[in-house]
Amino acid sequence: MSTDRSQILNGIRRSLRRGELAGDGLKDVQSRLAQPPRGPAVARAQVAPADKVALFCQWAEFNNATVARVGAADVPDEVTAFLARNNLPANVAMAPSPLLEGYDWSSQKMLSIRRGRGEGSDQVSITGAFAGIAETGTLVMASGPDHPVSLNLLPDTHVVVLRETDIVGGYEDVWVRLRERYGKDRMPRTVNTITGPSRTGDIEQTIELGAHGPRRMHILVVRE
Amino acid sequence: MQSTAHAFKDNVGTALADPNLQDSLSKLKVGFSERRRQAAERLPEFEALRDRARDIKNHTLANLDFYLEEFERKVIALGGHVHWAPTAADARRIIADLCRSVGARTVAKSKSMVAEEIALNEHLEELGIAPIETDLGEYIIQLRHEPPSHIIAPAVHLTKDQVADTFLEHHRKLGFDKRLTERNDLVAEARYVLRQKFLDADVGLTGANFLVAETGSSMLVTNEGNADLSNTLPKMHIVLASIEKVIPTLEDAAVLLRVLARSATGQESSAYTTLNTGPKRPGDLDGPEQYHVVLLDNGRSGVLGTEMQEILRCIRCGACMNHCPVYGAVGGHAYGWVYPGPMGAVLTPQLVGVEEASNLPNASTFCGRCESVCPVRIPLPKLMRHWREREFERHLTPRAVRQGLALWSFVARRPGLYRSLTAIANRVLSLFGRADGRYRSLPLAGGWTRFRDFPAPPAGGTFHTQWKAARKRP
Repeated sequence: MSTDRSQILNGIRRSLRRGELAGDGLKDVQSRLAQPPRGPAVARAQVAPADKVALFCQWAEFNNATVARVGAADVPDEVTAFLARNNLPANVAMAPSPLLEGYDWSSQKMLSIRRGRGEGSDQVSITGAFAGIAETGTLVMASGPDHPVSLNLLPDTHVVVLRETDIVGGYEDVWVRLRERYGKDRMPRTVNTITGPSRTGDIEQTIELGAHGPRRMHILVVRE
Repeated sequence: MQSTAHAFKDNVGTALADPNLQDSLSKLKVGFSERRRQAAERLPEFEALRDRARDIKNHTLANLDFYLEEFERKVIALGGHVHWAPTAADARRIIADLCRSVGARTVAKSKSMVAEEIALNEHLEELGIAPIETDLGEYIIQLRHEPPSHIIAPAVHLTKDQVADTFLEHHRKLGFDKRLTERNDLVAEARYVLRQKFLDADVGLTGANFLVAETGSSMLVTNEGNADLSNTLPKMHIVLASIEKVIPTLEDAAVLLRVLARSATGQESSAYTTLNTGPKRPGDLDGPEQYHVVLLDNGRSGVLGTEMQEILRCIRCGACMNHCPVYGAVGGHAYGWVYPGPMGAVLTPQLVGVEEASNLPNASTFCGRCESVCPVRIPLPKLMRHWREREFERHLTPRAVRQGLALWSFVARRPGLYRSLTAIANRVLSLFGRADGRYRSLPLAGGWTRFRDFPAPPAGGTFHTQWKAARKRP
């Protein structure tokens, strides 16, 4: 195995007509890694904090998600109302997260909640989100004990609770938050960035929603 | 997969005569390319991002050994494994051994062109391990025993009716005995059938769009969510990626992501962009217990430092084929191997040999649209020209073409002769009439006019005659 490794690495060095990086060449790439330069600024990602929420909602809807802006106290009501509006079952699989436990679900007498990972037969899941990206209306989900990845993927309908304060401008702002939360070298097992429901264009280039992941995505944007 | 690139000319004949294929291809022009144009217009910084995307890839290629080692270090630090595969055979062996180590009977695969490149499915099947393609397009062509015809839309050559027939034939035994007519019903049926296969699979195998050296993450960009099910439900996740997929940092990924989705499908962002870093962590409720990355070279390190190096910037968006008049006329299968279109015409001779694939770099009008839309600004026409030069040097060019070129260069170096011959040709062509400015058939030119018109010479004589006449006018 180690010979295969050196065969490839030495082949690269031979083609580049140099040995292993050393001296200034090595220092340059090391400092580029330590202080990653950003690409050209995207004006859309630099909006004022007050406009971020509106921009996020605009792009999320452009990408076929539905959005409801609600106060924290209204989250459980809006979930129940959304399910009723769309004729969906009142059985939901919920991420066991402190954020979601902060809402008063006991007020929803009709709602039956199972907490845990996603199962193949789940119709509806409710999860939080690590962040929202205004630039493209994208949700960022970081895996962990409080957020099983399967809840993002298996159910037909994914309901996401996103706090306004977690909406950032662009992708780069998410990387900063991830490094602050997990450490520069320690990403969670999975970071899903999700933009709207699952889709495919594989039959005659015509978009159909709900290929393998959720057909429907509803985002509750919560004022704090 | 086995290359049929040497049979390009025969493949083209078949493709042009296939009405289903021509019907499907006619949708390309209004589909991907129009959506790309609109997406690029919505982002004022798009051109600046393309420049940076090119620079990022150039920087990475110049330091490829460093970034690969850095990537490996990070993967290992978080409990994953990295395997180095100099050749396709090495990669097949590594993956087969990994599958056998967990007694795998089925492998849920998400679309990977590198897996096609190393003919992984055939190898696994020989060992009694069933690979299950889960990307809808790949699933359709797996049922039909066909290779992909496009790198991001593998079943783009098929019509809805063909898909309906295929599903009826293969799903009947599962109890689906109604022939479907609506696209959403076809998608729903495939979702239902594949869902159980995901839940049963022992191994999930995905490709990678990027490998991030800074974090040791593999990055996957998809729309269906199948890759994410593949990397979450089975107990082992194997990432198969070629060495040039590595990039330095997450900031670089942000730049590349902004140009990738827009160039590929005209989306602002693909539905799923996922970073996977190592296996399941303590306390996680799902995720694989083992995480392996197989790094494939298969000739790429030898392309570095040559005049072909720029092809290694390719991020596999498919824009070059979506905008190519030749791809648009013949589709992907005619190219005879995994990578079709302009990027395939450059990469295939490199990976399967110029003797096998010498026709491909010739299948270009050099119109330049591929280069004009490439998100990492690969000069594809220039690279195809390099292949033509190499082909000529190695005497692979057919005799008729060599003789034609010799004759042309003889005449072109003798201006007097050239002028009188072109004047005669112009007059002879005029005899056949030029009512609508083109010929549908011409003696001795059947090979040309069978599938396209030959342009008529303009009224007023040859270019030389017109140029002279124009200069005489005050």
